[in-house]
Amino acid sequence: MTPNLLQAEQRKVSQRSAGPTNGSARPGRRGRLRKPAIQHPWWFALPALAVFAVFFLLPNVLNFFYPFTNWSAFHNSISFAGLSNFQSILHDGSLQTALRTTIEYAVGVAIFQNGFGLALALLLEKDTRFNRFFRAVFFLPVLLSALAVGYVFQALLAQDGAVNAILSDLTGSQVDIPWLGSTSWTLVLLTVIHGWKWMGLAMLVYLAGLKSIPADVTEAAALDGASGWRTFWSIRFPMLAPAVTFNVTTALIGSMNTFDIVQATTQGGPADSTQVFNIYMFRVFGEGLYAQASAMSLILFLIVVVLAIPVILLLRRREQVLL
Amino acid sequence: MNLPAVRHLLRPATVLVLALVTIGIPLWLVLVTSAKPQGEAIKPNLTLPHHWQPGTNYRTALAEGQMWRGFLNSVLVVVPSVVLVLLLGAGAAWIFARRKGRLVAAAYALSISGLLLPPAVITIVMDLRQLGIANTQPGMIAVYTGMYLSTAIFFMTGFIRTLPYELEEAARIDGASSWTVFWRIILPLLRPVIATATIMVMLFAWSDVFYAFFVLGGGPDATLPLNLYQVASAALYLNNWHLIFAYVALMSLPMVAVFVVAQRRIISGITNGAVK
Repeated sequence: MTPNLLQAEQRKVSQRSAGPTNGSARPGRRGRLRKPAIQHPWWFALPALAVFAVFFLLPNVLNFFYPFTNWSAFHNSISFAGLSNFQSILHDGSLQTALRTTIEYAVGVAIFQNGFGLALALLLEKDTRFNRFFRAVFFLPVLLSALAVGYVFQALLAQDGAVNAILSDLTGSQVDIPWLGSTSWTLVLLTVIHGWKWMGLAMLVYLAGLKSIPADVTEAAALDGASGWRTFWSIRFPMLAPAVTFNVTTALIGSMNTFDIVQATTQGGPADSTQVFNIYMFRVFGEGLYAQASAMSLILFLIVVVLAIPVILLLRRREQVLL
Repeated sequence: MNLPAVRHLLRPATVLVLALVTIGIPLWLVLVTSAKPQGEAIKPNLTLPHHWQPGTNYRTALAEGQMWRGFLNSVLVVVPSVVLVLLLGAGAAWIFARRKGRLVAAAYALSISGLLLPPAVITIVMDLRQLGIANTQPGMIAVYTGMYLSTAIFFMTGFIRTLPYELEEAARIDGASSWTVFWRIILPLLRPVIATATIMVMLFAWSDVFYAFFVLGGGPDATLPLNLYQVASAALYLNNWHLIFAYVALMSLPMVAVFVVAQRRIISGITNGAVK
């Protein structure tokens, strides 16, 4: 690429973002800006902006309105209902359940998806034929639909399923662990499954991160007598920071929207212990309580916003450093 | 001592065992179960079928699961979504990358907000009803396009910013219009990001079932994953694991085939997109 051009571009950006400049600089700047404005007319961006506004932004705006109504399958008209929807999801405990399960799920996925992905990347780091083949093998789950993955694991983890059969054969005695029937551990198991499904993607991102570390840095560490373990934690892992940020944030935010794996394995059970936001919304919407589902959707939106704003700022700062 | 030799083999051996346990077992379970008669498949396990009947199972899954219709419905929804995301996204990204000013910065920030914000799935239904396209394929295409535009615009804007401006200026001097510059210069140069964006949208839209539920419902327009849910919900009740897994195997084939053919491009596309 052309570093000079990029630097020039960056200088332009930083000049502009420096805020109001004095009068003498203004005419020159405006003269430079006119040509891009004429040659890049707004109407190229309008179709995208229109579709995005109508089908993404507008629903999110409506989501601030409908939770305060009685919109449901049982009323012909929609009227204002105050905070009653929020009160009912608070009183029956479903809000607290959804909050706890979703956040636990997201944290679990962030841990397992990244743990698996990083371990695989380190194992398969060298560019050999053997490693390239197995990278593709571990990428396979990414290609499967999450719903299908859920059914596969239901068959594996059912009480009379394949995992208990294997364990029975290995131990020589009858094993019948209710993997999907525990109110405390099943949620953790689901995050392991979610991590398994997406570990191939995390692995690829970590491999790219590892590749971007200059060889002379690790060589210098080796010359100084650092062990492989020490080199990894003191030198290579800190340099993987961009890959870690990307993987952790996409895992956190992506898994807050989880539905398929949970629906295909536990449908929110046992005893609502895996009822994440989307499972609740799906169920309540099916019962015709649209406004109540919308209230839950609004809270999910707000939680993601609270988590996402720091992430956006972080990513944007990094983007500018990279440019 | 041959300790170094043992150490040398430790890593490939670990990889092999990991692959066998974590990928091999689930894959094997799907394949053997899909070849069993119902009686053997009730308790899913890893043993080989005593009686092989893959043909019957796969034919039943295709016919009773209405897979061809589901496949066609998936194609009819996913392909237009991908094309729209790419074309509309590229147009917007070009403007966001080249124009300057507060308005552009604000429009760009708004357009990429969908990278992190969740789609408001409940009110999307209301939105589509008002527009008269609830439960239709155009409605589904519009929703997918809206959902993935942010990703496309983000990657494409970043990419166009790295393209030398001189390429456009040269064409301008030759008298090219904005339309010609976009169509003949920007779009062809975007090829690597287009590959990344296509893969991303395909990976998510092809297997989506959550949004399809709300927008399409279970009607005749159901996509493959939506179909799988309906088939499996009924089949689980009847303990038909052999049919579920025949369906799963068939349904996964298109994505696996795409991956095998375009493996190198997919892997480089994903990694370039993530780390830039």
